[in-house]
Amino acid sequence: MTSATDPNFARPEPPSPVARAAREALFAAIIALGVFGPLLAFRTTQDMQNRLIVETRYGLIAIVVLLVFAGRFLLSLWFARARPEAGPTLGARLSGLVPRSVRDVVRSGLPPAALVALFVYPMMIMSLTGGSGALKWIDNFGIQILIYVMLAWGLNIVVGLAGLLDLGYVAFYAVGAYAYALIATKVIPATFPGLGVWAFWICLPISGILAAFWGVLLGFPVLRLRGDYLAIVTLAFGEIIRLVLINWTAFSNGYEGISTIPRPSFFGVPFNASDTGFAATFGLEFSPVYRTIFLYYVIVCLALLTAWVSNRLRKLPVGRAWEALREDEIACRSLGINTVNTKLTAFAIGAMFGGFAGSFFAARQGFISPESFTFMESAVILAIVVLGGMGSLVGTALAAVAMIGGTELLRELDWLKAIFGRDFDPAQYRMLIFGLAMVAIMVWKPRGFVSTRMPSAFLKNRRAVSADHVKEGQG
Amino acid sequence: MSEAILTVEHLTMRFGGLLAVNDLSFEARRGDITAVIGPNGAGKTTVFNCITGFYKPSQGRITMRHADGRTHLLERLADFRIAQEAKVARTFQNIRLFSGMTVLENLLVAQHNPLMSASGWSIGGILGLPAYGRAERRAIEKAAYWLDKCGLTDRADDPAGDLPYGPQRALEIARAMCTEPELLCLDEPAAGLNPRESLVLNELLRFIRKEHGTSLLLIEHDMSVVMEISDHVVVLDYGIKISDGTPAMVREDPKVIAAYLGVDDSEVEKVEAEVGL
Repeated sequence: MTSATDPNFARPEPPSPVARAAREALFAAIIALGVFGPLLAFRTTQDMQNRLIVETRYGLIAIVVLLVFAGRFLLSLWFARARPEAGPTLGARLSGLVPRSVRDVVRSGLPPAALVALFVYPMMIMSLTGGSGALKWIDNFGIQILIYVMLAWGLNIVVGLAGLLDLGYVAFYAVGAYAYALIATKVIPATFPGLGVWAFWICLPISGILAAFWGVLLGFPVLRLRGDYLAIVTLAFGEIIRLVLINWTAFSNGYEGISTIPRPSFFGVPFNASDTGFAATFGLEFSPVYRTIFLYYVIVCLALLTAWVSNRLRKLPVGRAWEALREDEIACRSLGINTVNTKLTAFAIGAMFGGFAGSFFAARQGFISPESFTFMESAVILAIVVLGGMGSLVGTALAAVAMIGGTELLRELDWLKAIFGRDFDPAQYRMLIFGLAMVAIMVWKPRGFVSTRMPSAFLKNRRAVSADHVKEGQG
Repeated sequence: MSEAILTVEHLTMRFGGLLAVNDLSFEARRGDITAVIGPNGAGKTTVFNCITGFYKPSQGRITMRHADGRTHLLERLADFRIAQEAKVARTFQNIRLFSGMTVLENLLVAQHNPLMSASGWSIGGILGLPAYGRAERRAIEKAAYWLDKCGLTDRADDPAGDLPYGPQRALEIARAMCTEPELLCLDEPAAGLNPRESLVLNELLRFIRKEHGTSLLLIEHDMSVVMEISDHVVVLDYGIKISDGTPAMVREDPKVIAAYLGVDDSEVEKVEAEVGL
């Protein structure tokens, strides 16, 4: 690490930050291999004959070491970029500015690290649990959480950026889901049956557009309303959509819902046991887990698309206008901003992502009914946005993991039965714990996990804006 | 004498039974600083809200005449079009900044309409087309120019809500100027400023008129500001125009003195007869 100051070193200038980061990452990876190797690579289990055998898990250890390498590499690179003139070693730098850099690392190092974790998650689970156990972890934790992350990021545009309190977001989720279900089960078989395998990929954009259209439709009458009144009308809108779906049985099949919705294909290659199926095409043994993993990557991409678009929009005039609208609508109008159009775009774009998520939901479930789109869903999505800190993508994602992952984890706590008795079901206490957590958060962090706001443009340096100044919007 | 930029004719504003402005007519000339003064409750802010579209007048006509000869009837335009098309910008009596956004962002929001078309109504912007990058750099340059004029360059990246009162007033004026108005309406720009800040404000307003050719219309209570910088003063009392002329003329007008200072008990009837009450 002191090569730059070594007199025998040929070059006077320090080595490039990438090379240095790679070397530091290599060291970290070797240490990780030493530490985790014995712990993770070997496991003793019993085989069929109840004999004690050693099971090797080289894949898992490879993933862990790679993760450490990638994490350390990104961290070093970031430090080198942020403070090129700072002290010679990372350790010295770290010890010098602990409080500030810890916060900065969390802010800028977390998203890339989370991204890497997101992409290796299915492989990690597969190597940890093996085929059948992985299904539950990828589906219930991975896909389920990511659907809510995506919904929360979509709602974040309406509530967090534009400051319009929308309690009926689930309506757009329902529009997207029913759009996919009805087009894929009724329209495509009747018109172009050959397109059956492509149904999901055709319907995904259509569902988004339809949901955006309904967003505009809802937007028009409620534009004049603010605050509580807006919340009530959007709440009613969500209920209207649900009640229409229940009662218009000719259209939506009422309570019975729509079943046998075609599942998404791997870009035209279906996931089934046939000779033309995914497993056969790629020379794999058939297993339902491939579809789940594929669905996982689809929702990862959809969620990242949502994040990318909303991050990009924030830095465009329309995003700034949304935030300005949240701060002061009258001032916006005095500056020539068409507040009607600005609100409508917020509703439409938020609704569009809700529609995408809805059509993905229908494709994943294969069955939808109005039961899936109750007010409770809207409330949970809104709670995630508020809990995460309105406007913050990282905070919202953390909140979704905490809320949805937390409730899923409650199902896993079977050992509690040993303490509280056989009849105890921790999942029954879901809402109680949920409520207590909300109260705790309100006391501890009233503006959510990430309450500061990053400015969309800067003249000299970008500094976070404290939550004290940021308004919540009045509807 | 230059032509009129803003002509207000027979403007009347009723709120239910309350007659806030009654048959008011006046002109603001291009390149002038026109002040509207009057005691509390005289209807000044109501006139402003009618001009800038926040109220729809009960009666009357408000004509905005541009340098290129185009005219707009402001009472018919929606409020955001008055800023966008008629090029009339305004500030507020109780400052309305975007307090959670930085000083720079406040000035960028003000350039929404040109930036919006440069970003191809967001589509080009999302795709990252270079045209938007260039437009945004220009917008930041323009914002930096106005920050420099207001002495706020050092605080460009601070939240607007963090600024002291005086700089907030200046920022609101800078924000309005970023919309490139032909007529700038200021609602009590000197309210709450100390004498030194008042002087700086006067300089800024003179600079705006001289360098940018923007005409100004201002409501003011601070007589030092009114008498020093305005070319033309309109005096309102109870929604009626009681005087109209140069600052010197208005200062000598007995009706104005009566409205502001009151008169001796013995003279009440005489003055009332004069004023027409």
